[in-house]
Amino acid sequence: MSRIWKVGDNISTDEIIPGRYNVTTDREQLAKAAFIEYRPDYAPNVRPGDVVVAGRNFGMGSSREHAPISLQASGIQAIVARSFARIFYRNAINIGLPILVCDELHGAVEDGGALHLALASGRIELTDGRVFHVEPLPEFVLQIVQAGGIIPFVQAGRL
Amino acid sequence: MGTMSEEILSRKLGREVRAGEIVIVPVDYVMAHDQTAPLAIESFRRLGMPLFDPQRTIIVFDHIIPAATVQAATLQRGIRNWMSEERVGNFLQEGICHQVLVERGFVTPGAVVVGADSHTCTYGALGAFGTGMGSTDIAVALATGKTWLRVPETIRFELSGQLGPHVYAKDLALAMCGAIGVDGANYHAVEYGGSAVRAMSISERMTLANMAIEMGGKTGLVEPDEVVDEYLAGRAREEYEPVLPRNPRYSRVVEIDASSLEPMVALPPDPEHLAPAHELQDLPIDQVFIGTCTNGRLDDLEIAASVLRGHTISPRTRMVVTPASRQVLLSAMERGYIQTFVEAGATVTNPGCGPCIGRHQGVLAAGERAVTTQNRNFPGRMGDPTAEIYLASPATAAASAITGYITDPRRLS
Repeated sequence: MSRIWKVGDNISTDEIIPGRYNVTTDREQLAKAAFIEYRPDYAPNVRPGDVVVAGRNFGMGSSREHAPISLQASGIQAIVARSFARIFYRNAINIGLPILVCDELHGAVEDGGALHLALASGRIELTDGRVFHVEPLPEFVLQIVQAGGIIPFVQAGRL
Repeated sequence: MGTMSEEILSRKLGREVRAGEIVIVPVDYVMAHDQTAPLAIESFRRLGMPLFDPQRTIIVFDHIIPAATVQAATLQRGIRNWMSEERVGNFLQEGICHQVLVERGFVTPGAVVVGADSHTCTYGALGAFGTGMGSTDIAVALATGKTWLRVPETIRFELSGQLGPHVYAKDLALAMCGAIGVDGANYHAVEYGGSAVRAMSISERMTLANMAIEMGGKTGLVEPDEVVDEYLAGRAREEYEPVLPRNPRYSRVVEIDASSLEPMVALPPDPEHLAPAHELQDLPIDQVFIGTCTNGRLDDLEIAASVLRGHTISPRTRMVVTPASRQVLLSAMERGYIQTFVEAGATVTNPGCGPCIGRHQGVLAAGERAVTTQNRNFPGRMGDPTAEIYLASPATAAASAITGYITDPRRLS
């Protein structure tokens, strides 16, 4: 089971990682700064395989790739949101951080709860047995994900 | 037939494309700055390919310039080393990337420009498809000269009437964020039309287009006209042919009568929370900031200087002015605006992004309150996460600096 880190609507990249903390490309440092001011309990307690469950428009604002990198480097398995801001969405897909859209999950879970996510099938099961399915990725985006991110996709001559 | 985005991308690709299609499109210029280039360079090196064209590669130092910390200086040294290895053709350290790319004629109608900065949408002010991306997307564009895009649907703003006294493009940009919300244009392009836009200068159009991303927009486009041609005469780096919408189908049309607007302020935590400035006049202010890619241009400084002339800023308030570029600074010096700011008690900094991102030149303490001409007021952006950021026009910001409270500039005139 994965612990749920539940966050609200319109979480900006400044809340994911404030600009003062992204004057580096070091993944360890970025991981320590994930949600550092918005959720100071996150970085010290997040465990590999945890899942962030967000509301609408997760990752709005800056193009800083430090934001998805900080969450990926913190060890989470995926982010499941009602919707994602466009640049954050691209960035996460490019670096191979699974981001999944599911409109109903956010309202059905509590922070600190648990879920089981089967990434391959997009099936989410809660501890009380309720089941949710994430929206399938658009075909082109799926190809990037299956290639392992945009860099292997380009190296394979597919762009 | 199509929206400006559809028309621009169709012409680039030599075939008709429609909203919803995924396309792989050649780009005219690729830009990154001191904050996003380091990750782009790491991804570029992983790709293991050469630059597609050093002359179409642009690196700008603007976010932390001069370097404020050893960490920033080290990253900048790394970028400089990479630029000499790759013989990057365009390195600019004379102001904010978006201002400088426009001033230096890189941005022309119909061009596709991608930048590792979310406010790359600003280039739509000249009818170019500018869009912001992350560092790895930019690395791909640096190596291939191409990017993948989903051709966006378009939300059209019809902005009728004319702005009243002390009401500016910024007030209109804020009103649009309020009208459709911070994700109202997510995955969409935005177009701005109507008499209020036709009457605007390039600078004012840039203020509008700059804030397309604050509604989630991929780009924010204004139809190029003689105002653009005049601005680009002797400045454009290449010949261009304007692209206009042809029998476009918009996913949504939003009408706003510019004449009905009053000076607006966006309240924390994001630009969709608005109130008229006069309703907030009891809020004391610790810092005023005038600058940024939204409102750091010559006409913005002119407006602020005309409000401040003959006044000093309130002893309870500090004020920072950051010209958007060296050209803006030089013209502002010539015209006496800088003299006015300094006499009023403001700190004038070197051109660049200034304190907008909370890294230097005026960081906020816990619980402090700032009025700023920038585009974002997310918690933690300018310093402590409990500091409150209010977005406004240069006139409202300057008026607030004089009184020490949020102030409708019409009250002072």
